[in-house]
Amino acid sequence: MNYFLRKLGFYAVALWAALTLNFAIPRLLPGDPVDILLAKLQQRGGTVSPETREAYALLLGGDSSDPLWIQYWDYLKNLARGDLGVSVSYYPAKVSDVILTSLPWTVVLVGIATVLAAALGVLLGAIVGWRPGTWLDSLIPSTTLLAAVPYFWLALLLVYLLARVLGWFPLQGGYDVMLSPGWNGEFIVSAIQYGFLPALTIVLASIGGWLLGMRNMMVSTLSEDYILTAEAKGLSPRKILRSYAARNAVLPSVAGFAISLGFVVSGSVITEQVFSYPGIGGRLLGAVTNNDYALMQGMFLFITLAVLGANLLVDLLYGLIDPRTRARS
Amino acid sequence: MTNLKPPPEAAPAADPALDPALEGATAKAGWRSLLPTMTPWLAIGLVLIGGIALFGLLGPLFVGDPRQIRDIGLTGPSAAFPLGTTQTGQDVLAQLAFATRGSLEIGLLVGLLATALSAFFGIYGAYKGRIVDEAFSLFTNVFLVIPGLPLVIVISGFVPRESRGLWTIAVVLAVTSWAGSARVLRAQTLSVRNRDYVAASQVSGERPWRVIVVEILPNLLPVIASQFVFAVIAAILGEAGLAFIGLGASNSSTLGTMLFYAQNGFALSLGAWWWFIPPGLVIALFGMGLSLVNFSIDEVINPKLKNVRLHRRRARRAARLEREATRAARRGATTAKEAVR
Repeated sequence: MNYFLRKLGFYAVALWAALTLNFAIPRLLPGDPVDILLAKLQQRGGTVSPETREAYALLLGGDSSDPLWIQYWDYLKNLARGDLGVSVSYYPAKVSDVILTSLPWTVVLVGIATVLAAALGVLLGAIVGWRPGTWLDSLIPSTTLLAAVPYFWLALLLVYLLARVLGWFPLQGGYDVMLSPGWNGEFIVSAIQYGFLPALTIVLASIGGWLLGMRNMMVSTLSEDYILTAEAKGLSPRKILRSYAARNAVLPSVAGFAISLGFVVSGSVITEQVFSYPGIGGRLLGAVTNNDYALMQGMFLFITLAVLGANLLVDLLYGLIDPRTRARS
Repeated sequence: MTNLKPPPEAAPAADPALDPALEGATAKAGWRSLLPTMTPWLAIGLVLIGGIALFGLLGPLFVGDPRQIRDIGLTGPSAAFPLGTTQTGQDVLAQLAFATRGSLEIGLLVGLLATALSAFFGIYGAYKGRIVDEAFSLFTNVFLVIPGLPLVIVISGFVPRESRGLWTIAVVLAVTSWAGSARVLRAQTLSVRNRDYVAASQVSGERPWRVIVVEILPNLLPVIASQFVFAVIAAILGEAGLAFIGLGASNSSTLGTMLFYAQNGFALSLGAWWWFIPPGLVIALFGMGLSLVNFSIDEVINPKLKNVRLHRRRARRAARLEREATRAARRGATTAKEAVR
């Protein structure tokens, strides 16, 4: 079957699995989310009409009299319309609106940090793996310390050193609260200033994995025959490094992007909490502490959707840059 | 949480021509080649793991009550309290000892559960082949792309706090973290499955589980060991993250719980570094120790890496000899010059 079609098919299945998981979790677990939500809604001064109750029951299960498959069908229909219910903690905002206001923060932060970490890590890995035996290469095992550091603890450490002791960066937040969000220079500068520490945390914590993976692949690639041939042809070492070794060694790193993206997103969810960053992670945790189940589910769906989308993109790209994957299928 | 797993392709199937374990002359030599060679980094790793494990195992016996409240809140390290006290005057060292024990417990528990799950889905699926393999690997890949921690957060969010015990958290963490290793194990099993001795065992009428356990599993041991080590790191990190946001097990104290209390007690803005640095450092050092051990296991799985290390050592020695030679030559030249004078 066509490589691209197969990939699309796989992600369709993954998406369906995520949606179903989202449907099943609140129904399988103990607790009575619908009643808790409605009680909260009343506290906030919302009116509980039968429609609200039904909408929540569709999302979270509970006392609906319909058989499960009808609930499931209605749930999917609601999702297709983009209706994720009303957020309790941000009442009367809709869940989808709350998510859409916080999504850009996380996408930009995690996106830039991940791309930076991947680029730097792959570059360093290529250089280190190219010359096994230098002092740089013998330092490689120490990168495991970076890889084993909990994201949020690194964040605490950086905040303590760079923000509290040295005072170079603001302690927390996403931008200067005196400014109003918008596309003006002042605001963007402030956003960069506030986003620097969270981004640094993600880069530092994830660069070790990229570096190690690339270095190991470089080592394996260097013993390939085509490297020997290139050397025998008298090509300059730099050309061999760039066009022969690194090019082939980087492929698994590209393919491994999928796995690492999940890790990075997971890590950044908690990192955002340390910085009180206005992104998805902070909102998700806020939703959890406030028992805002509808928002929680919406967040999970959106995060999953974003990760699946990024993975699909990378996979399609991978099919383009590595013709073998297309030939194999 | 972090990207600890090297891409599965980094450890290609052991090449039978390169791996003496598969062609080993005697059984003893075969088993020895399954054990990693001792290197300085492996030694550091073992010392780190051993030290922290001992601290978690025996530490709680020697420290006082971690919950005891005193009227000396937020004092720095002193002779009486080597790691200072918390906001309510609790001994940080005592808390650290108990928390280390808690984290190690959950790490081991989740590591075992996740490895068992990944072995089932990875090895059994690949061994059965065809439709079972297709289904299992689709299942695995789907679990792989669904981001783990948000899922864990959502699940833990739905479980009421009273019923959120150690086992609940362990099962949730295991269920969301086995997929990566299952994929690695599947790739390895696929390469082992088609070897002649496996076919011979099948033809002679062995039952499937016996073929898997006796013929295939021994060849996968290093891979399983390395995946287990990764699972333990991931579990400790995952639990710490979960506890840090207040979603940990309600009846246990772990390093993540400590960090949660430190963050909520404003350790950061009060500058109480002795409160929040040690727990994270223990996690990082333990994870580093495990990863270093994994480095050595990787050399068993992928002998090419070992050759690189030996090559590196030779290169270093050559460089040193060369330096000494030039120095000697220079010295020889200067003495010769002086002699001329």
